[in-house]
Amino acid sequence: MTTSNILKVNDLNVYYGQSHILRNVDLSIPEAQMVCLIGRNGVGKTTFLKTIIGLLKQRSGSILYGDQTLTDQPPYRRARSGIGYVSQGRDIIPQVTVKENLLLGMEALPGGLGKNRHIDPIVFDLFPILEKFLGRKGGDLSGGQQQQLAIARALLGKPKLLLLDEPTEGIQPSIIQDIEIAVQRIMKETGISVLLVEQHLHFVRQSNYYYAMQRGGIVSNGPTENLSDDVIQEFLTV
Amino acid sequence: MELFFSQILDGLSIASVLLLAATGLAIVFGLMGVINLAHGELMMLGAYVTFVVQNLFKPLGPAIFELYYPVALILAFIITAMVGVLLERTLIRKLYGRPLETLLATWGVSLVLIQLIRSISTSMLIGILAAVAIGLIGSKFMAKKIGDKPYFTYLNGLMWAFSLGIGLIVVNSMSSVRQLSSPWFGPRNLDVSPPKWLQGSWGKIGTVELPGIRVFIILLSIFLLIGVLWFLSKSAWGLRIRAVTQNRQMSNCLGIPTDRVDSITFGLGSGLAGVAGAAITLLGSVGPNLGTAYIVSCFMVIVLGGVGNLLGTVLASIMLGIIQSVVGSGSILIVFPNLPPALKGVVEFFATTSMSLVLVFIFIIVFLQFKPNGMFPQKGRSVDA
Repeated sequence: MTTSNILKVNDLNVYYGQSHILRNVDLSIPEAQMVCLIGRNGVGKTTFLKTIIGLLKQRSGSILYGDQTLTDQPPYRRARSGIGYVSQGRDIIPQVTVKENLLLGMEALPGGLGKNRHIDPIVFDLFPILEKFLGRKGGDLSGGQQQQLAIARALLGKPKLLLLDEPTEGIQPSIIQDIEIAVQRIMKETGISVLLVEQHLHFVRQSNYYYAMQRGGIVSNGPTENLSDDVIQEFLTV
Repeated sequence: MELFFSQILDGLSIASVLLLAATGLAIVFGLMGVINLAHGELMMLGAYVTFVVQNLFKPLGPAIFELYYPVALILAFIITAMVGVLLERTLIRKLYGRPLETLLATWGVSLVLIQLIRSISTSMLIGILAAVAIGLIGSKFMAKKIGDKPYFTYLNGLMWAFSLGIGLIVVNSMSSVRQLSSPWFGPRNLDVSPPKWLQGSWGKIGTVELPGIRVFIILLSIFLLIGVLWFLSKSAWGLRIRAVTQNRQMSNCLGIPTDRVDSITFGLGSGLAGVAGAAITLLGSVGPNLGTAYIVSCFMVIVLGGVGNLLGTVLASIMLGIIQSVVGSGSILIVFPNLPPALKGVVEFFATTSMSLVLVFIFIIVFLQFKPNGMFPQKGRSVDA
């Protein structure tokens, strides 16, 4: 690999209380590339993303982001240093408007949302529905609309690394396509890296590298071209 | 009829004090979910701040003395807000998600504050400062030297006990000096005299006099309520506060410093309690137990209005304030002297301060049978989820 890595995870171990969830995970994300993490339900993919953003603490191992170590940094510091997170439950702030949700995305920029009050129109270009619903409460949107809002919100923080946790789960096909196009376009235009946790194969195929996870450990990885149907059969289909 | 109107005005001014205090509590309880039983004592602190400011202004001559009250209001807000932030950082922060422990701990804080006001003296202040200084310096020093050792916590605790002992010795060594060891306030009630421009009448509506103090308190609470609403709905910190209270984890992931938001929210709620306390000084005397009388009313207002809804808080405090003042003073009988004897007996029965509170309680219990979540429960898709 000639490009440098934006994220390098070494020998990561994470526990929920007594139960060992992530076992010796090694993973690296090259700059301006999309890396996909696949695996069945309950193997620890979401746990992995939560550990990278800082919601969960690792028991051992290290997370290197650029040239800084992320160990012991609270999530808001990680967000401010350029990690955008779109969680599995989307986590839209329910009782504030769509516009305010978008403004909250800019809290990660230098100066926070106090200094940044202009919403970059690119997000309305990517997801036109958001502009129409600016005044609605975030919690009143449908699942697909919330997903678009969550991605737009993360993008407004101008992240260098975007973590996407199953962005297509439970969402109608036309919106899935919008989301895929949006992620592709943002990567091309801004050169950010993406770590995608996904079960939807079409989206998985668009990544540059894949890692397959089973029972909390990485069992297979490589360029996505090598992701044969056999591998998919083994690690993805139920 | 005149009496009835002035009684309503009375009720409105009590309602305004209640509103200020309950808004503070609504922010702390409704937004953060912290049951702060020391809220009444924060009001009491605000009242004592007003008393101290008044005494500081007294030697400055009558012209400047007139200005003490606005200064006292601002200082009451700032000082109680600072006490609130200190309380949040040192105690309440450790108890998030444990409502029962929070309840007990804040009750303990309220007892400590009451006794502190009763017995604080110069020597005691010096002792406390000495103990805290020794404790802080000692634990910093030890953290540097042996911070990674397993027995560090125990030694640290011992060191704090030691600094407490030093503090006690300091206090006792000064106990023979009368000037240092006599308490500042003592347990008795103290009086704050309102400045001249507040005393007397501020004009008339029809034949009803508008007493300056009451009108001022009503205007003050309207002004502050609008200020709080603006802060929460329009300012950047207000948006951060709303985000954190609705989804703490995601707010954190978006880059919001949640611990600072907690401090600011708690500080704001406490500061409002302080202003309410400063307003109370205009209505009556100041004593260490001042807060306990109001805390229950504040919680009733919040339950009646619906948790986390400021409009409900406004309506509920107006209702409670007016019921308490109109029924409790017995002025219904004076306005309607020709009531049938049976009804008259009932009205007389409730015409004391404590019985009017009972009436309020009954009213709330009945009301909650029909609207269990208060006047304005939160609605929408997100509530059910």
